[in-house]
Amino acid sequence: MSLLEVKDLKVRVEEREILHGLSLTVNPGEVHAIMGPNGSGKSTLSHVIAGKPGYEVTGGEILFRGEDLLEMSPDERAAKGVFLAFQYPVEIPGVATMNFLHVALNAQRKARGESQLTTPEFLKKAYAAAASLNIPRDMLKRGVNVGFSGGEKKRNEILQMALFEPAVCILDEMDSGLDIDALRVAADGVNALRSQGRAMVVITHYQRLLNYIVPDFVHVMSKGRVVKSGGKELALELEASGYAQFEDAA
Amino acid sequence: MAAVQETVDRVRQIDVDQYRYGFETLIESDKAPKGLSEDTVRFISAKKNEPAWMLEWRLEAYRRWLTMTEPQWARVNYPKIDYQDLYYYSAPKPKKTIGSLDEIDPDILKTYEKLGIPLREVEVLEGVVRPEGQRKIAVDAVFDSVSVATTFQKELKQAGVIFMPISEAIREHPELVKKYLGTVVPTSDNYFATLNSAVFSDGSFVYVPPGVRCPMELSTYFRINERNTGQFERTLIIADKGSYVSYLEGCTAPQRDENQLHAAVVELVTHDDAEIKYSTVQNWYPGNSEGKGGIYNFVTKRGDCRGNNSKISWTQVETGSAITWKYPSCILRGDNSRGEFYSIAISNGHQQVDSGTKMIHLGKNTTSRIISKGIAAGVSQNTYRGLVTAHRKATGARNFTACDSLLIGDKCGAHTVPYVEAKNSSALFEHEATTSKISEDVLFYCVQRGLSQEEAVGLVVNGFVKDVLQQLPMEFAVEAQKLISISLEGSVG
Repeated sequence: MSLLEVKDLKVRVEEREILHGLSLTVNPGEVHAIMGPNGSGKSTLSHVIAGKPGYEVTGGEILFRGEDLLEMSPDERAAKGVFLAFQYPVEIPGVATMNFLHVALNAQRKARGESQLTTPEFLKKAYAAAASLNIPRDMLKRGVNVGFSGGEKKRNEILQMALFEPAVCILDEMDSGLDIDALRVAADGVNALRSQGRAMVVITHYQRLLNYIVPDFVHVMSKGRVVKSGGKELALELEASGYAQFEDAA
Repeated sequence: MAAVQETVDRVRQIDVDQYRYGFETLIESDKAPKGLSEDTVRFISAKKNEPAWMLEWRLEAYRRWLTMTEPQWARVNYPKIDYQDLYYYSAPKPKKTIGSLDEIDPDILKTYEKLGIPLREVEVLEGVVRPEGQRKIAVDAVFDSVSVATTFQKELKQAGVIFMPISEAIREHPELVKKYLGTVVPTSDNYFATLNSAVFSDGSFVYVPPGVRCPMELSTYFRINERNTGQFERTLIIADKGSYVSYLEGCTAPQRDENQLHAAVVELVTHDDAEIKYSTVQNWYPGNSEGKGGIYNFVTKRGDCRGNNSKISWTQVETGSAITWKYPSCILRGDNSRGEFYSIAISNGHQQVDSGTKMIHLGKNTTSRIISKGIAAGVSQNTYRGLVTAHRKATGARNFTACDSLLIGDKCGAHTVPYVEAKNSSALFEHEATTSKISEDVLFYCVQRGLSQEEAVGLVVNGFVKDVLQQLPMEFAVEAQKLISISLEGSVG
């Protein structure tokens, strides 16, 4: 069974159709890149998979391990193993990052009927994950993303990915706002989390990110549809010739 | 549906009547006749066996009150109060007693559970009377409120701290009461304070002698011995030279009263090097989902830092009442004295809050700090109103003010009305204010990480008020945190 199956998905935002029948199949262990110009519907796809309010699904379905994902609330999806690394992670003043991670992990565990992690158990796990991402402990004491640099925010997203151990990770424009060094650190973090059982969907404008996170498949989106799919070489082809050739195909 | 719309709909659905509380009082034996006159004042004074000077004091206030008019400047709306259609005295009524917690509405028990209040305390708060035999077992097994209270009293007595109902203090320590009563909030101060002076029912009196650090948080005592002080509460706390006391008023547990009008007065006095920390958790009935009923809370609270190097700190968590009109203030008279005001004011449903503080700098090198957090949900209105002023002799006065407002949904309002007056050029006043909406993006971020909508709102709001929560006595900070989440339950879809 596929891990994630998007079938003929149609989505509207305020009377305007954004996705016009999009299909995508993701199996465990695979890394898929979704590329496309601005306004092609890439972010909409990631939001609908994660369950963000404000989108109306008018057709098609999304299955997660064969279950109807669209029937689940966003927190249920998270507990099942759907993770979205945000393009712009939000700031939550007054809530220490450590506390946030602990509360969130325990909420997911509770939803899955697993035991709650005590503070010492959690700290051990969190410090180990943070160390592997070069995240200083001091950063974990600060409010969630408050005063974090662009690179710190993205590393915080990857830290959560490492802690929550999701089955599907959707990385929305992970490279935005990162210089080349920060990008490399973030990409290394993501690559360390690639595994047999875990799939990733990497959404990006630019081929650059895919030099660091090398995908198994590349899909080109234009005007709300996947217009071309191929291997990693497709990304290079795009880099050379641009998106214009696909605008007509859409 | 967008979250904002869901929020709005959900708020509309909240049945604030969930709040409905079990104990209706049946006996109406010891009541003054309806309405307010000199006779009413005499009746109350006689009931309290007060000395003649106290009666005179009340009558003077009453005569003064007749010449005053109700203030209209606050940003609150309510129907005109007919002061002759109210009762001004009824003997404290015992709560309806019940045999066990099984008789209490499970919803109310759930609230206690969410607040994390131990069951034995819930029994005390709810007026459970156990049969004689069982009661002993309870004493041995957990604790008995009466015996705990007695132990506390003994300890306080050893330290020389006087802590008793103000009605008793008037009889037993007239010299102290005479010396201080009405010296911070004069009988002529304002309409509601003057009314209180004429008809106050009861309240607390605390005197901490020089150099004594009160051996316990008076909160601990209060929690267990919640007194029925009635609608016109009067509290007077004096910290003599070099002493310290921390006092907590109120309770996180929901409170209901059939008297709609509440007008309390609290006076604090600190002498040289003394400190009073006064914390309030207010959770009065806020009215039903249509905005009917609910307590009108018109409170005058003021502290006088009379001595040099003295300090008064107010911390309040306001979640209840239909209308809140309340400005705990500090008169910084002594040199180097310090005033602090930390406030969390939450309004939901149809609640209206107009609250803030006054920091009046009179002495040299006086400092004050104001941290106010207002949270508005539903169709409520939440106003911060604050005055910071420096007298021309108050050289080196400093104030820092930060007031932040958080809006949940799009039918509520937050308002900030600061008044700042510096009459000498060495004063340094800073004012910061922000208003923000609880953002859908933040909530979505939290639920994407596995939190439910309600957990997400609770987390974000508690982060927002963190600076103030830290000021509360430890045991209450945890409860207050939960209370905040409960107050906002259902405010977001």
